[in-house]
Amino acid sequence: MRRTISLLVENKFGVLARIAGLFSARGYNIASLAVSETLDPVVSYMTVVVEAEDEKILEQIKKQLNKLIDVITVTDFTKKEHIDREMVLIKVDYSPKDKGKIENLLNKYVGKIIYSKGDIAIIEAVGDQAQIKELLEELGKFGVKELVRTGRVAVGY
Amino acid sequence: MKLKGANILLEALKKEGVDVIFGYPGGQVLPILDALYDEKINFILTRHEQAAAHAADGYARATGKVGVCLATSGPGATNLTTGLATAYMDSIPMVAITGQVKTHLIGNDAFQEADVTGITRPITKYNYLVKDIKDLARIVREAFYVASTGRPGPVLIDIPSDVQMAEAEFIWHEKITMRSYKPTYVGHPGQIKKAAKAISLAKRPIIYAGGGIIISGAHKELRDLAEKIKTPVTWTLMGIGGFPSKHELSLGMLGMHGTAYANHAIMESDLIIAVGARFDDRVTGRLDAFAPHAKIVHIDIDPSSISKNVSVEIPIVGDAKNILSELVGEIKKAPDTSEWLKTVDEWKKKFPMQYKEDGILKPQYVVEQIYEATKGDAIIATEVGQNQMWAAQWYQYSHPRTFLSSGGLGTMGYGFPAAMGAKVGCPDKIVFDIAGDGSIQMNIQELATCVCNKINVKVAILNNGYLGMVRQWQELFYKRRYSQVSITGPDFVKLAESYGAVGISVSKKEDVRPAIEKAIKTDNTVFIDFRVEAEENVYPMVPAGEAINKIIGGLA
Repeated sequence: MRRTISLLVENKFGVLARIAGLFSARGYNIASLAVSETLDPVVSYMTVVVEAEDEKILEQIKKQLNKLIDVITVTDFTKKEHIDREMVLIKVDYSPKDKGKIENLLNKYVGKIIYSKGDIAIIEAVGDQAQIKELLEELGKFGVKELVRTGRVAVGY
Repeated sequence: MKLKGANILLEALKKEGVDVIFGYPGGQVLPILDALYDEKINFILTRHEQAAAHAADGYARATGKVGVCLATSGPGATNLTTGLATAYMDSIPMVAITGQVKTHLIGNDAFQEADVTGITRPITKYNYLVKDIKDLARIVREAFYVASTGRPGPVLIDIPSDVQMAEAEFIWHEKITMRSYKPTYVGHPGQIKKAAKAISLAKRPIIYAGGGIIISGAHKELRDLAEKIKTPVTWTLMGIGGFPSKHELSLGMLGMHGTAYANHAIMESDLIIAVGARFDDRVTGRLDAFAPHAKIVHIDIDPSSISKNVSVEIPIVGDAKNILSELVGEIKKAPDTSEWLKTVDEWKKKFPMQYKEDGILKPQYVVEQIYEATKGDAIIATEVGQNQMWAAQWYQYSHPRTFLSSGGLGTMGYGFPAAMGAKVGCPDKIVFDIAGDGSIQMNIQELATCVCNKINVKVAILNNGYLGMVRQWQELFYKRRYSQVSITGPDFVKLAESYGAVGISVSKKEDVRPAIEKAIKTDNTVFIDFRVEAEENVYPMVPAGEAINKIIGGLA
């Protein structure tokens, strides 16, 4: 079971280790993690995607996170309206004759070719999990050589 | 006026009311030691840093104040870890101060450098690396606040030696605010009402009290509740002393080595009122078989303790003392427990705590005699293993903070230094460490600390020549294949004497009481080497992973 949790935390050294340690001590894998400063530079925002077996474990994870002294708030997005996005950089096999096809495809998603030289191009795209998955399937036809993802970020509304 | 970091630290400690530090010197705390030269704070030089941490822990458990220990960097700091983990598991307020290499050397593999905040992160409630002298006073203030509030725990402050030397104004903040740390003390009124209603409707209620009773000082409120609703009370190892053993509603300890009647009662109950206890596996046994008919009311200051192991119908987050006193007021109609109490009494008669006396000196008898001789008024520290369980079972405790034992971590070597810390904190009390011959050898060097500092503790060694609890498990579950459990000890009498303490050896029943009385009268640390039955077992016993009414062996 994958779950997206966001955390407002103090922006101090050691905080990330504390949070990561909480997961690792229990043997849970973090599927993705994105951290950055907020409008208030002494506070950071973390979006954590975690895999856990069941609801009880997730409940315990949230309680333990809440207990950490550097954690200000914990939000579980499962029960909250939210938008989530992830950015990917995709290196694909490329020849200039495919440019039109790739651009057409990218128009369906929020993406563009940001670099091309010789037989490779690098594509930047932003989307939710389903969109990114679809895009990667489509790009598979051209040949994906390499892929880097930022991990999910989410914000509630 | 500007002060050096070391002086700021000591000023801050004095503001926090610290009058004793247990510790060990070293290169990276030299500025602190130098500043201590002119201070009245009592520094007790232990013979090992682990013992310094356990002594601070014992001091904290016995007095309710924050215990303080100090070590230098690297190996000094890493030696504290067992003591920190012990205190963390049992929610003991402690502040550990460690020296660190100079700021510019951190991360360079400098001599005696270790990432102490990294190492201790999972075993402290919180920890700090002080990088700027301007933060030091605030950090000390926060450390004591965090250590002693909410669910207490150890906090570590790692101070580089150049920060100890740097200078700053000493600014003390009486009030501190930490936006992300706000423990809940007051229980939710709606939940308390719900609990009161559930209690009124119960037919077979039971109170299950943990260490939270001791920590929050809720023993009077616990007694009020039990007497008002005429409900039997059982407790965990950590809850010992929270309810008088000799009270007619007392069931003793439950769980793996709890009384048979407590285990039967909790399994048959229809309502468990759990207070400051965390449903540890040593208490619940097989979880899916635990208390199948019971609704659970769970009072705890730590929300993450609730519904962690068992499902709870009525959770109440907050301080046990507050919540119990409100709960007592909220209960309009006490449940009719007369039938239930009758059943419980029948179990008490049917499965009494007992042991066989066959002429060989029994460890249980020794513990009973310590109880008789001290009239139940001593502080008892224990090591870990059979000695710990016999100390829990056969001494009758009636006051909180009189039983000090490593419950969560099960740390051998805990008892002797903890007893030392307790005696420093409570000099008017008789303090006994009930030890095994294996455990006592883990921190036996503290004899020197006791003698040099005139810390008058009594150590009752239940000497059976084995690592007894492991031997018991090998006997019961490994076909008596006694692998690596026979242990040789030194001549404890001579050893004690060589340190300047007093040693007594006892192998006959009739010599037990006189030896204990002599030890109590002696104005020195005393080791009494009780040569007890080698293969005596701790009973009752529930095998690990079994339901807690599946009791094996013994007479119970």
